[in-house]
Amino acid sequence: MSRIENVSRRSFLKGIASTGAFILAVRYVAPGMDLPQTANGETDADRAPFHPNVFLGIETNGTIHIVAHRSEMGTVIRTTLPLVVADELDADWKQVLIDQAIGDHRYGDQNTDGSHSIRSFFDIMRECGASARWMLVQAAAQQWSVPATECTTEPHTVVHSKSGRKLSYGELAAAASKLNVPQKDQLQFKKPADWRYIAKGMTSYDLEKLCTGKAMYGIDAHVDGMVYATIAHPPVFGGTVKNCDDQETLKVPGVHQTVLIDPFKPPAAFQPLGGVAVIADSTWAAIQGRRKLKITWNNGPNESFDSAEYKKELQTTARNPTKLVRHVGDANVALATAPASNVFEAEYYVPLLAHAPMEPMMALAEFRDGKVFAWAPTQNPQAAQAIVSSELGIPKENVICNVTLLGGGFGRKSKPDYVAEAAVLAKKVGKPVKVVWTREDDIKFDYYNAVAGMYFKAALDGKGKPTAWLQRSVFPPITSIFDVNAVYGDPPHLAQGWTDMPYDLTNISIENGPAKAHVRIGWLRSVANIYHGFGVQSFTDELAHRAQRDPLEYLLDLIGPPRTIDFTGVAYPNYGADYKTYPWETGRLRHVTELVAEKSGWANKKSTKGHGFGIAAHRSFLTYVATVVEVVVDDQGEIRIPRVDTALDAGLVVNPEVTRAQFEGAAVFGASIVRSGEITAKGGVIQQSNFNDYPVARINEAPRQTNVYIVDSSAPPAGVGEPGVPPFVAAFCNAIFAATGKRVRDLPLSSNPAFG
Amino acid sequence: MITLKVNGVDRTFNGDPNMPLLWYLRDTLGLTGTKFGCGMALCGACTVHKNGTAIRSCITPLSAAANSEIRTIEDIGANGLHPVQQAWMEINVPQCGYCQSGQIMQAISLLTTKPHPTDEEIEEGMAGNICRCGTYQRIRAAIKLAAEKNT
Repeated sequence: MSRIENVSRRSFLKGIASTGAFILAVRYVAPGMDLPQTANGETDADRAPFHPNVFLGIETNGTIHIVAHRSEMGTVIRTTLPLVVADELDADWKQVLIDQAIGDHRYGDQNTDGSHSIRSFFDIMRECGASARWMLVQAAAQQWSVPATECTTEPHTVVHSKSGRKLSYGELAAAASKLNVPQKDQLQFKKPADWRYIAKGMTSYDLEKLCTGKAMYGIDAHVDGMVYATIAHPPVFGGTVKNCDDQETLKVPGVHQTVLIDPFKPPAAFQPLGGVAVIADSTWAAIQGRRKLKITWNNGPNESFDSAEYKKELQTTARNPTKLVRHVGDANVALATAPASNVFEAEYYVPLLAHAPMEPMMALAEFRDGKVFAWAPTQNPQAAQAIVSSELGIPKENVICNVTLLGGGFGRKSKPDYVAEAAVLAKKVGKPVKVVWTREDDIKFDYYNAVAGMYFKAALDGKGKPTAWLQRSVFPPITSIFDVNAVYGDPPHLAQGWTDMPYDLTNISIENGPAKAHVRIGWLRSVANIYHGFGVQSFTDELAHRAQRDPLEYLLDLIGPPRTIDFTGVAYPNYGADYKTYPWETGRLRHVTELVAEKSGWANKKSTKGHGFGIAAHRSFLTYVATVVEVVVDDQGEIRIPRVDTALDAGLVVNPEVTRAQFEGAAVFGASIVRSGEITAKGGVIQQSNFNDYPVARINEAPRQTNVYIVDSSAPPAGVGEPGVPPFVAAFCNAIFAATGKRVRDLPLSSNPAFG
Repeated sequence: MITLKVNGVDRTFNGDPNMPLLWYLRDTLGLTGTKFGCGMALCGACTVHKNGTAIRSCITPLSAAANSEIRTIEDIGANGLHPVQQAWMEINVPQCGYCQSGQIMQAISLLTTKPHPTDEEIEEGMAGNICRCGTYQRIRAAIKLAAEKNT
């Protein structure tokens, strides 16, 4: 839970806000949590210059400071959450300044991941803004000696319309700062019709800086006296340095020294991978120096990892009965008694995927007076504090993690191994160290999205509708980075489009088999939904074509009439959301499917040779999405995507323009996955290294036009960053089938013999 | 010794002539608007202008930049936003923004040679610049808008 406090007179604000400023803090209070702080509530985090641990401050000149505590990697969350505060406060956005928060547990969750920033913080941001507005109104009413109920606000001003008097928020700040924070039941929230910003949206606070080269990312962080480091990581996961000859390295002009970084102690989690760091006075010297290192490695047991063999193992596991995670009736029994001519099976495969954000991993750290000061493009500054704390043996509070803008994240930058590297090196070298990962480091030492093998089998009635549906997935789980023995999918990731396969069928069996990880597995934009959505929605399309039925009509038939899925007795974490607030409503999936069909003109678009349309629908991160993809395939087999239509129901959408951009981007992200996304390994060594052998979609390979339709909804807000990816991937592959007659069962196209 | 002009200022460099221009701009001159993405001219994040034409600074050794005029994103719009930057803002192109300096430098170069590019010419001109957030649709629209602004 969170509580709002008036902290206007706290000493830590000196130098941040002027005397008389009115400042409210929102503090997260975990049940039973003992907050380590001094009598007036200060911590080191509060005292860190220019990083007030507050959400909202109003200066006597009317300037409003709002703290953004979530990381900005392109979703515009750093703008959108403050916008919610500003709306309830009835502030003029032009007078708002945004401060980026450091890592501090009192903000509550700061891991900007899982598409839940709005969902988790919408209410508290509104409360914060409404509390401040209430106090400003009280202050004005006292000054005028009128009842507060006679006062209203217009942007940045309290108005007493009876007498025509007005006072600006700046003029009221000093008086408001002396009042008590209202109880929640005293607050008056704006009616949705009165919202100026919520559901209308706003462009990025940083827009001009982003267009002029002035935006500061992790790679741009600078402190005087800093040195640069590149690190030679063990080429095989879990490997160690056997011997290192750095003679040639030390001859490179600008190279200062080399430093051994200890290997991690399993499980790897967010620890540094270990290896040899080259410290130099420029990035270039550090890169050159690393090239000259002569290292022999102990590769360890993962040396046996061969991704081609591993694929076969996954597929073998998937063909055989394994752990049941959810069932309706019993598909295995129904399949055993069905005549073979009515049974259809198919296998799908999605390889390991790399994140490849445009900014590789970067972090700057300084070790001074027993404290670490870090600057990092991190999605997860509290995890950075935690890992630096354990690596250096200092209290978490002594790790001041400043969050820069992120040059892309996609989940990779939730894992702060690179921040830990910078801190470890800063302590060893005695100078501020900027750790620079090259693209090769990024591709070869990622936390990869899991490789997955899937097996589907259905028994069909006379109309081609399943009387039994069996699905098995096998993938190395993300939990393997925290528990070396983990081999089965954990409930939160099985719940990503697998446990919750939504069809209205009599017999469903949903299974998951074991797979051991040989690389670091981590979450990537939409995570397990990538492969689960691809499998379920591809198999659905296969069955539709087999039955010679329209894929849209068939999909709607399987979704069935509107209902709420009953997960009684099933582990279904629902993205961490309360199921009563965010139930799985098949009617909403149905609605977006019908909407995208209407908007795309599905009924009039018949696929022909070389020109195909595909459809898919998927719920993830509590958002319902349906997508239609149009492809054109020329005589050489070159595939283009002239148009994508996607409809989404994310409940209340705070920033629609930004949401549209997220779904446009998700289609491009999905195009990369389908066309060429694949990490392979031989001898445990990752074979890809840069954008030449791990290509991502370019402008000519991306959809030319993605049209986004947002369902107008007052349901509680859900996620928008990730849910666009899964239905695009499947709809794209379904469109390729419609245009070519060739089914995409193994991703990506680039290594699929039928397409490559 | 290498001499060159960066954003109108004369510079001399005495270090490793093989060092890519990118690191000279970023580490030595502190012009951090130009970004590192791949180091192999595969992504375009490091795009700057050499004598008015887009080049990849990550594979351009300083020896190859000698006696040239280099222009970076910091100088574009230093005296008021460039029409391409205005278009970028009107269309709301950036997401994370990391690649956008390079995209803008490339687009300006494209519009110099093709003031009114077709869709195909935009694809050809911009295919060397990766945007992992996937803002291509808006980049295309912004280039068209900038072309209109120029007439």
